[in-house]
Amino acid sequence: MTQPLVQAIQIAKRFDVSPPWLNRVLERKPRLLLTAVDGVSFDIERGQTLALVGESGCGKSTVARLLVGLYGTSQGRVLFDGQDAQAGFQSAQAQALRRRIQMIFQDPYASLNPRWTVQDIVGEPLSEHRLVTERDALQQRVVQLLKSVGLGAQDLLRYPHQFSGGQRQRISIARALATEPEFLVCDEPTSALDVSVQAQVLNIMKDLQAARGLTYLFISHNMAVVRHMSDRVGVMYLGRLVELAPKKALFARPRHPYTRMLLDAIPKMRQTGQARVPVQGEVPNPLNPPTGCSFHPRCPHANARCAAERPAWQVDDEGAGVACHAVQEGRL
Amino acid sequence: MSLLQVRNLVVEFPSRHGVLRALDQVSFDIAPGEILGVVGESGAGKSLTGAAIIGLLEPPGRIAAGEVWLQGERIDNLSQQQLRPLRGRKIGAIFQDPLTSLNPLYTVGQQLVETIRTHLPMSNSSARARAIALLEETGIPAAAQRIDHYPHQFSGGMRQRVVIALALAAEPVLIVADEPTTALDVSIQAQIIGLLKRLCRDHGAAVMLITHDMGVIAETCDRVAVMYAGRVAEIGPVHRVINQPAHPYTRGLMAAIPDIDSERERLYQIDGAMPRLNAIPSGCAFHPRCPQAFERCGLERPELTAGGAGQAACWLALEGRM
Repeated sequence: MTQPLVQAIQIAKRFDVSPPWLNRVLERKPRLLLTAVDGVSFDIERGQTLALVGESGCGKSTVARLLVGLYGTSQGRVLFDGQDAQAGFQSAQAQALRRRIQMIFQDPYASLNPRWTVQDIVGEPLSEHRLVTERDALQQRVVQLLKSVGLGAQDLLRYPHQFSGGQRQRISIARALATEPEFLVCDEPTSALDVSVQAQVLNIMKDLQAARGLTYLFISHNMAVVRHMSDRVGVMYLGRLVELAPKKALFARPRHPYTRMLLDAIPKMRQTGQARVPVQGEVPNPLNPPTGCSFHPRCPHANARCAAERPAWQVDDEGAGVACHAVQEGRL
Repeated sequence: MSLLQVRNLVVEFPSRHGVLRALDQVSFDIAPGEILGVVGESGAGKSLTGAAIIGLLEPPGRIAAGEVWLQGERIDNLSQQQLRPLRGRKIGAIFQDPLTSLNPLYTVGQQLVETIRTHLPMSNSSARARAIALLEETGIPAAAQRIDHYPHQFSGGMRQRVVIALALAAEPVLIVADEPTTALDVSIQAQIIGLLKRLCRDHGAAVMLITHDMGVIAETCDRVAVMYAGRVAEIGPVHRVINQPAHPYTRGLMAAIPDIDSERERLYQIDGAMPRLNAIPSGCAFHPRCPQAFERCGLERPELTAGGAGQAACWLALEGRM
């Protein structure tokens, strides 16, 4: 069996959100830790797409930032191509590692420098990593990259504000591809875009994956987009992975009650006038997560055990994992 | 008899580079109690249509032509002073971000009581009782206590419930809801849409629901208007527009949405982007992106013909070529 390109092993990230030192002393306020990611494990095979879905505050963007090294893990390890990534980012080979892992951000209005031309933006990683040093060759390479995302030489000297949202997101993709990475972390790459433009960007991303054998971590809150893009899907709730399964299995037979709820919550296009099954309750405060299974206050199948005991991660023969007492006891 | 009639509405923004026409001859009706969806991509003019109806156009934007009639009364030419009693009393508004539509310095109760007493002859205590009843109706638990809380003490979904209570406070006949669920998570979205639909039915209010989400339109609306480049491209019963779209833009839009129930290798894509206001194409505004465009499309603008169950402003449909 070949080694997965990316492995996350029990990764966790805690943020210190304590009040300032003086307030802690004078008002006797305690230290506060927010656990944004709590023991998440997954593998991503080469050339495959793992999607992470969940609602705001579930920790999916934090996972993305942990994988590219924007945050250090509080616990657990990230292995990239068998090597410890955390150590790699601090070693002398950090530059080489960064070249292989790139990221596309959600908001193309915020992730491009408004004072730089497209040539500067897409060319920077090339010169920063000393991949291309000669000026003419650099320009040629930038044009080549722009063409791969459907832009062209005429766009070289234009500034980000002269482009629409979809075109800007394509510029970010070209920038991410400049270093010929193997692994792309895409954090909600199309949620700021209109549907017709979203289709253009998703198609380009799929084409590039097929042509270059890219591996994606695709973060989204949109189940339909996830279904279109992914090979495997992980569902997160309050910092934990509650279900991880091959796409087909997850959409055909969702097992965790939260996954079912997310799927039921999607408006059905073809059956007009049909109301969705509304879910009760809201996502709890991550500073004070519920005991046991964190989903139990909203879960229709919860019992006393769910409130008391955190469900263990259980993997079946097909490699699909779920953390739910009801599923494991056969109640669901 | 229509509740709201919008006739050939034109909104313009004078700028240094000439006058930009953001809305161009927009016409539609809303019947009492009806839910009309207005859908389109960013820049299509859907929010602007809502703002023009409520009289909340930001200067220098102005209504350059056309008429808006509410219950047989013309409201597009009223002064701000004449509009004040109308807003809230006749037309309620719900905006995308519940945090910016609530005043952070007043409790939810103070804001509700103020709105109720502005429009209805009520004492302070009966207005407060009504406010609590409204909050209960919108599904806020322990409404009698929560009424004295400030907006920041509510979660996003709960805040949007408060905004809905505010919009309904004076029993308006029309509610303009501009992307009411876009800022919310999907699980909360279903709760809010269900609530909005139920409350408007109970209170007999018609709704103009502005959104970019076809799924929300499909489950909520009676009729839908699809907007493109400041014009209505297609309007009709929601079932017909979604299942048999007549305008190529609507068809493209529907095909571009990833479907949760089926799998396709590639998504259909409409090439190009919505034109900028200073470069609206001649004839049909969609013709440069339209796969079926022919000569006439670039020369003459197709009209949305009045009357009938549903229409599309498209020469293919008008000439019966489809």
